Amino acid sequence: MTSSVPSINASDRERLRSAHPEVFHRSVMKRYGLVIGSGIVFAYLVICFFAFNVGPAFQNGQWDRASSYIQDWYSWRAQPRLRFQDDGTVRAQWSSRGQYAAGADIFWLQPTQGGGYTVTYGSDNDRLEVSSSRVDVYVNGTAYPVTITEDAATAPAGAPAAIIQDGAKVIVDYGFEGQAEIRTSQVYIQRRFLGWANFLFDTKSDFWGKSWGELVSLATVGERLDPARSNVSHMVDDFLGNNVWQHADILSKLMQTLVMAFVGTLLGTLCAFPLAFIAARNITRSRVANWGMKRLFDFLRSVDMLIWALFFTRSFGPGPIPGIAAIFFTDAGALGKVYAEAVENVDDKQREGVKSVGASPIIVNRFGVVPQVLPVFISQSLYFWESNTRSATVIGAVGAGGIGLKLLEAMGTNADWDKVAYMVLLILFVVFLFDNVSNAIRSRLIGGPTH
Amino acid sequence: MATISENTSGGLGPAASLVMQHYRQQLRTRRIYTAISIGIFLIALFYSLQFANDANAGKFFERLPYFFDFIRSFVPDSPMEIFRAMFDLPSPYADGSLKYDYTADRVYITDTLYIPNFFYQLIITINIALVSTIVGASLAFLLCFFASTNLVGAGATRFVVRRIMEVMRAFPEIVIAGLLTAILSIGPIAAIIAITVHTIGALGKLFFEVVENSDMRPDEGLRAAGASWVERVRFAIVPQVLPNFVSYTLLRAEINVRASTIIGAVGGGGIGEVFRLAIGRDHAAKTYAIIILLLVSVIAIDQFSSWLRRRLIGQQSFEFGRGAA
Repeated sequence: MTSSVPSINASDRERLRSAHPEVFHRSVMKRYGLVIGSGIVFAYLVICFFAFNVGPAFQNGQWDRASSYIQDWYSWRAQPRLRFQDDGTVRAQWSSRGQYAAGADIFWLQPTQGGGYTVTYGSDNDRLEVSSSRVDVYVNGTAYPVTITEDAATAPAGAPAAIIQDGAKVIVDYGFEGQAEIRTSQVYIQRRFLGWANFLFDTKSDFWGKSWGELVSLATVGERLDPARSNVSHMVDDFLGNNVWQHADILSKLMQTLVMAFVGTLLGTLCAFPLAFIAARNITRSRVANWGMKRLFDFLRSVDMLIWALFFTRSFGPGPIPGIAAIFFTDAGALGKVYAEAVENVDDKQREGVKSVGASPIIVNRFGVVPQVLPVFISQSLYFWESNTRSATVIGAVGAGGIGLKLLEAMGTNADWDKVAYMVLLILFVVFLFDNVSNAIRSRLIGGPTH
Repeated sequence: MATISENTSGGLGPAASLVMQHYRQQLRTRRIYTAISIGIFLIALFYSLQFANDANAGKFFERLPYFFDFIRSFVPDSPMEIFRAMFDLPSPYADGSLKYDYTADRVYITDTLYIPNFFYQLIITINIALVSTIVGASLAFLLCFFASTNLVGAGATRFVVRRIMEVMRAFPEIVIAGLLTAILSIGPIAAIIAITVHTIGALGKLFFEVVENSDMRPDEGLRAAGASWVERVRFAIVPQVLPNFVSYTLLRAEINVRASTIIGAVGGGGIGEVFRLAIGRDHAAKTYAIIILLLVSVIAIDQFSSWLRRRLIGQQSFEFGRGAA
């Protein structure tokens, strides 16, 4: 910047310096305050870095698991265990999540004539030929026989990096497509596919395994699968009753969370409304009442939402009631404070006008104060409603029920990250929806966008 | 108002009474709309309450007597017990159970000097909040200029940055905390990152709104002198918005102290977790000790930050609750 400015001669410089001493001779604090402040903050962060053991925690982090967990968000794993039987055959055993119906024809898991299985990972070049005495591992078209004895599974010499000998077992890694653990008694297969398995219907449903086209034609013109009800209601029942994804349960838990936020905020608003008039100095002329009410608001606000939530969970049992109570108590305090401030800032002329025609105090407040503060009140309550929709999720995780608790349970298993992703999407959708609804209401009330 | 108009309408001329008639009609429609919306609200409230009651583990009216019993039974053995629990002093009621093992949790710095456990946990919680506020505010500061209409011409950049902020704001904190806990094992880092992410989203939005409302004349001056984009932001925008930024950050620090308490209760450590255990196990003295500590610290932080804010930007009123939690 300086290079393009024409040069100033010495006398000009002197004149400028003496004319604007506050610019050229600033105090040490003003000159170096920012640097010193940033230095202190940086030093504090460095101290915290070591105090919280950030470095070691990241070093010891299980990053191999991390990638698997994150892949679980948008893909699913089929995890059959191919157990070696005494008679020399191999039997496939499925985990409880059972993504395939019994006896289904699975294209990547085909039985061989010798009683074993062929497992393909993406292409025929990457596959496992599993029999009870040996497993032929094909990586990029080359076969590497893994021998299995009573004590150990052993990888052949010169195996590529994808085949890892880990003690008595051999791990074959095919990247995203999946992996296999070859042990002495079984081969533990993990086969990964994009998307969410059986999201619409579980394997017990009549609609399982049908393509979109088939489903649409069944819903519109197809024969009734169950003569007692239409295909559409049958589909809805099967969708909600999906055993793996538990749609009905998740949606009802989401509803609980929304109800917590809605009822809590509404009751808080209804409670704070009259109390704010008692707390406002210009409405209630009793100092004791003003002070007492404001301290009550402070107390309700300062006792954390967490404390209220745990306290009421302890007494009412888990569910939306403690959540409503927690949001109600904190909001009554917070909204009461804001409302009281709004009431104290009203224009007194309108009150005087109503008072001058001989109206009673309630009428004075109704027509002199409420019309002025109502838009502020409603817009503040809408802000709280929005933010409570988010906090209700966290409060739920503490024990107040709702989608928060469901999320915590799903995360606790470390195997249901796809379900976590599903719930997160639902929450994001609801939060965006409510943000827009409350923005729309607010701008209609106050006129023009307020943000 | 209606009573007033009725008294005066009698002596009006034809034009004025037509106006009066229209006014009454409007009043009537407004009242009908008000009544309908109140009715909808009441019905929604009624069904919501019924739904909440049905979904709850204990029903409201059945549990109400137990609620009062719980409050009555939840008293410490003596008021001094609260004090002892707070400062990890030995209890005369000690029977070897967890309820009275105050001394066991002492955090020793030297052989004799110790920090009482609850204070130690409170310090952890407050530090989690502080670190995430500082890191989150710094990143939000860097991001916000790319999201404001008056500084970034490219709609695509603005759109992307704003959507990123929105997702960061709305993404449930417990999910980030839970995922990181699974990877990094239990500890405060998961909580720090979860709260930081939320802070970036929430502060980023408030920041870019401040930037968009700033006076653009200094910017024009610098532009005329040939300043680059970074120089314009640094010398024209930042001095205007900094007090507001700092004050929003302080407000966020208050909120983050509460957030880190809650995340702690879900598994992030700190005072939240200790509190959840204490109330879950019916340890009355410990519970009250923690409530008092939390109450005092939250009020102290609120007071301190509002004092600092007043010093920074004077009495400029704040839209309280904006972006709260």
